[in-house]
Amino acid sequence: MAKILMKGNEAIGAAAIKAGCKYFFGYPITPQNELPEFMSRELPKINGVFVQAESEISAINMVYGAAGAGLRVMTSSSSPGLALKQEGISYIAGAELPCVIVNISRGGPGLGGIQPSQADYYMCTRGGGNGDYRHLTYAPATIQEAVDLTIEAFDVADYYRNPVIILGDGMIGQMMEPVEFREPKPRALPKKDWATTGTEGKRKPNIINSLALDPAELEKHNFKLDKKYKEMEENEVLYEMYKMEDAELVIVAYGTTSRITKNAIDALREENIKVGLLRPITIWPFPNKAFMEIPESAKAILTVEMSMGQMIDDVKIVNEGRLPVHFYGRTGGMIPTPDAIIEKAKEILGGVK
Amino acid sequence: MTVVFERTKGLTDKQFHYCPGCTHGVIHRLVAEVLVELGILGKTIGVAPVGCSVLAYDYFNCDMHEAAHGRAPAVATGIKRTRPENVVFTYQGDGDLASIGTAEIVHAAHRGERFTTIFVNNAIYGMTGGQMAPTTLIGQKSTTSPNGRDICTMGMPLRVSEMMATIHGAVFVERVSVHNVPHIKKAKKAIKKAFEIQLEGKGFGIVEILSTCPTNWGISPVDSLKWLEDNMIPYYPLGNFRSPEEGK
Repeated sequence: MAKILMKGNEAIGAAAIKAGCKYFFGYPITPQNELPEFMSRELPKINGVFVQAESEISAINMVYGAAGAGLRVMTSSSSPGLALKQEGISYIAGAELPCVIVNISRGGPGLGGIQPSQADYYMCTRGGGNGDYRHLTYAPATIQEAVDLTIEAFDVADYYRNPVIILGDGMIGQMMEPVEFREPKPRALPKKDWATTGTEGKRKPNIINSLALDPAELEKHNFKLDKKYKEMEENEVLYEMYKMEDAELVIVAYGTTSRITKNAIDALREENIKVGLLRPITIWPFPNKAFMEIPESAKAILTVEMSMGQMIDDVKIVNEGRLPVHFYGRTGGMIPTPDAIIEKAKEILGGVK
Repeated sequence: MTVVFERTKGLTDKQFHYCPGCTHGVIHRLVAEVLVELGILGKTIGVAPVGCSVLAYDYFNCDMHEAAHGRAPAVATGIKRTRPENVVFTYQGDGDLASIGTAEIVHAAHRGERFTTIFVNNAIYGMTGGQMAPTTLIGQKSTTSPNGRDICTMGMPLRVSEMMATIHGAVFVERVSVHNVPHIKKAKKAIKKAFEIQLEGKGFGIVEILSTCPTNWGISPVDSLKWLEDNMIPYYPLGNFRSPEEGK
């Protein structure tokens, strides 16, 4: 199939449709509006349904209903809107339902701004909802990757019966790049025999639920969920290593920031300064095993984020104090420049030499 | 031996957890009987609320989905829009529907969603232990209005049916009561009508059912029925507020 030039938000929508998603429930918020707009235009053409909900809370609860009914379903939002969806995400995880949620994130806290940001790392990896739950979060760095991961996300969600988040910053949502739509790797997906479809008098009622008043029963449910999360940690981690072989400085960055970092690394390499990139593609589960592949040559780690430093917590946890961990970040919608990253890298390597 | 009365197939064998004298049990039975009589039990998906009827999913003998507090109409929207061939209903109390879930119920009606809402109004929060609801009557004592509901600081009790009747998409709105047998029969008729309207695809229907809470009202089951009649009905008048014929 030929490549087509698409805006990130629309490409994610097209990818969802390609993955068999016919149902979308959303609420307007910048900078993700092109996604619900695309779905409102395209879904009726394939006998699908688009509903503009009265709030993000309602939208995620419509997703909860549709997912319970056994259909492939999606919602999208941006940071303050995703915060409102957290209640629903907790219920969906608790009730073990599959769905895909897109967060095209912007600066915060509060109403914040509408420019790209990565300050939702905590919300997307720790969850803002109540209880012991986890969900896979993909952080694409290109529109093509956003497309591939969105298609994959529906299979992953169905496989684990768990919500999956696509976290793109405003840059991923708004930028245009050439994309092609490819088939995902085949997965054996379980039958949705738990869905609410009506008993037709032929079976016992199916019940979609996250309530368990008996603490022993609820603990057992949490153990079951945890086993599933461990399985995701084992099988679903994705990351990229770039020019890592002889690196003396390892930069950890994801999404848009990783692309800027690659430019910085290329420039530094021209000057024979040995820097490599470790790019998490899944930010939960965090690619801990990638850190085991860091070469002996490494003297320090630099985490670059469009936030005041959130992913750095995970970097420090896996690093276990082995290498010094530095941070460079811009926030509030400001984008790091390659020059600033280059300068920071030189400062660190100058210091550790 | 002739069977003159038996458990409806619309309910499971699970024993209700409701307090003595609470009319949730009666209302459950009415809904279940209607689902059986209309021959739709096998294609019905119910949505349970948070509140005293949170465990409704264990009682109705059809597929059920337990929603977050107030969100049942949004969950029902998600189900009905993806499975329009199914019959969908929400069963919600007054804390769930008239307080935390006002946005969801108003906008489900506003969009004219083709499902049915059973709204049980007992003028109090039951499950959490008798706190004030938007529907608590003026002067009525609760654990969060210990001196009685005061209009100046707590507002007038919210009349949900009257409000819903102003919404174009709410094609059927009726308030009934279950404090005696004639009214129980009327209530069943209204419930049946609401489901028939869903089957005809005409729009959103809601039946508000005045109900008792002897435990949290602090009066006996028998006196509760009288209290409902004497205090609730004058403020919450019974009757049909909207039907498809009138809504044309």
